[in-house]
Amino acid sequence: MSAATAISVRGLGKTYRIAHASDRPTRATEAIVARLRHPLRRTTFDRFEALTEVSFDVAAGTALGIIGRNGAGKSTLLKILTRITPPTRGQAELAGRVGSLLEVGTGFHPELTGRENVFLNGTLLGMRRQEITRRFDEIVDFSGCGQFLDTPVKRYSSGMYVRLAFAVAAHLETEILVIDEVLSVGDADFQRRSVQKMRDAATQGRTVLYVSHQLHTVTALCSEALLLDRGTVSAYGAVEDVLATYRASVAEHAVVQRETRAQVPAGILHVVAATTTRLTYLPAEPKRFTFTIQAEAAPDGPYFLSCHINDANGGVVAQCDSRLGGLWFHPDQPQEVTLDLRQPWLKPGTYTVDVFLCRVGIVDVWDGAVTFDVEQELPYAVTGTAESFGRGMVLADFDFGVR
Amino acid sequence: MAPHTVIGPPGPLHLPRWSELWEAREVLWRFGQRDILLRYRQTLIGVAWVILQPIVTAGVFALVFGRVAQLPTGGIPYFLFGYVGTLLWTVFASTVNRAAGSLVSNQALVSKVFFPRLLVPLSTCVSVLVDFLVALVIGFGLLWWFGVWPGWAILTIPVWVTLCVALAMGIGLAAAAIMVRYRDIAYVLPWAVQTLLYASPVAYSLEAVPDAVRPYLLANPLTWVLEGMRWAMLGSAAPPVWQIVGAVVVSGLVLFAGLLVFQRYEREFADLI
Repeated sequence: MSAATAISVRGLGKTYRIAHASDRPTRATEAIVARLRHPLRRTTFDRFEALTEVSFDVAAGTALGIIGRNGAGKSTLLKILTRITPPTRGQAELAGRVGSLLEVGTGFHPELTGRENVFLNGTLLGMRRQEITRRFDEIVDFSGCGQFLDTPVKRYSSGMYVRLAFAVAAHLETEILVIDEVLSVGDADFQRRSVQKMRDAATQGRTVLYVSHQLHTVTALCSEALLLDRGTVSAYGAVEDVLATYRASVAEHAVVQRETRAQVPAGILHVVAATTTRLTYLPAEPKRFTFTIQAEAAPDGPYFLSCHINDANGGVVAQCDSRLGGLWFHPDQPQEVTLDLRQPWLKPGTYTVDVFLCRVGIVDVWDGAVTFDVEQELPYAVTGTAESFGRGMVLADFDFGVR
Repeated sequence: MAPHTVIGPPGPLHLPRWSELWEAREVLWRFGQRDILLRYRQTLIGVAWVILQPIVTAGVFALVFGRVAQLPTGGIPYFLFGYVGTLLWTVFASTVNRAAGSLVSNQALVSKVFFPRLLVPLSTCVSVLVDFLVALVIGFGLLWWFGVWPGWAILTIPVWVTLCVALAMGIGLAAAAIMVRYRDIAYVLPWAVQTLLYASPVAYSLEAVPDAVRPYLLANPLTWVLEGMRWAMLGSAAPPVWQIVGAVVVSGLVLFAGLLVFQRYEREFADLI
């Protein structure tokens, strides 16, 4: 490992053993009974390879973005590098102390005051007392919670809570800083200052690892990027190149789906392609989907389309039916149908669109024709945590007023 | 010079990295401080609770075992006798119970932030010792009130407390680690501790025990430290040398064994919690 290398990862792998639900005891008594009953039986495990053969080097002073689909192993990689969980194979060498901002506010205790929490959390993150004392005013200034320092944080607004927690973490003076999706907290101004703070960290020669789904913050913050795909490194290099590869791989995934659809013989009424104008949308931004339907050899009267917008849990958030707009389509020619979704505002997360092509009954169903993400950037004046909007199915367009 | 860390798969037997523990020692104090602040801020009667608890317990012992059962104590007022026993017993029981539950109650931290996990259960002894010191001051007051002067043996109090904490921490560490996987330890442990209270000479003296049962009690390491503590505070007969040596050896072994169990399970905490 050369002097200029901050992180060197060689053949890193992590295998999770998942015991079958029925034979994984959660009580010691169950475990003992099971052992007594079947003294010779070994528990059988399913193996899940979260990471396989991951190798890369990061030069000191680099801001590296780690991207990939859900389940690609991003969080596992960070957990290994921050030593929360050990790897199964391989090794990683780190030159310097590692500070992590994995989840803002872990370690904050609601009953303790702001001041006490700053010291507790700072210590947990690896700061020394003198270090915290020295930077205390700076931290408090950054958070803007100065006048509430001696109030228990349980009385803080969620915004203040998050700002104070982030302020502590942002003032860590470790050589390596690991950040997981935390820049999306606070209002727009606070976010801007946070990104600036992270960028300063990198320019001061510190190494920053940043994991995010929000490609635009990765571009804003990082000079290099690492693309993980099903637990392996599939691209590593300059941020623009890797992001291009990532976008292409997402598009490719859609192509594969389209190809299987395209194999349906011509002349049968069928949705052959479905696209979304963008892969990620802001919650309040209009979303456009396009469906291509091939012509029917023996036309049998007009048909309509109905789309379900599903959230990641499979709940149907909205149904959009072309009949409600008075629109029916003729099967004697290929059709390109667009769907513009303006309302409701969607909560951050991953969504799928199911298409139903119907006449009297259903003619064609395509589950998950389109997949898109909604970013963690709320359309409100002040951005809160999930606690302030998470209960609803969608985001409402509302105002509070005083009369 | 920046520290250089190598992360690899854990070996079959891995001892804690001592230098890392030392580096992170401040976490121990912060956790201890947090526990103390929380307890004295949240509970209505705060400090009074720490004093009231052993006094009431000792009072009950004096009533039940002293007055009703009329057990002998070797001439020491029963209340005082019970108080000293309770003092050390509380250190043992609180350490075991708090250390055992510490990982599960700090699970958000354990799965999100890295620091030597060993510090979580270890830090519980900070608040236990603070409680002990408060109760000890009251204990000295009681000695003066009853006019008992144990002599210079009083200087050995830290020895007995240390041995007691080591013994309890060994059990607490193992229980904390196992509780991450099997939560029912949380129900079994308080019961086991409660049972041990009656199996140890806390509320009664060894001389009150029938000869046939005494060997069993003498085999209990807690008996040895309790006898030592009574010698230190009440001036009763000093424990024989074999008990003192035994207490040191057994406490050390139990602490080390607890440490090994903890380290063995440690690698999977973040994946399990």
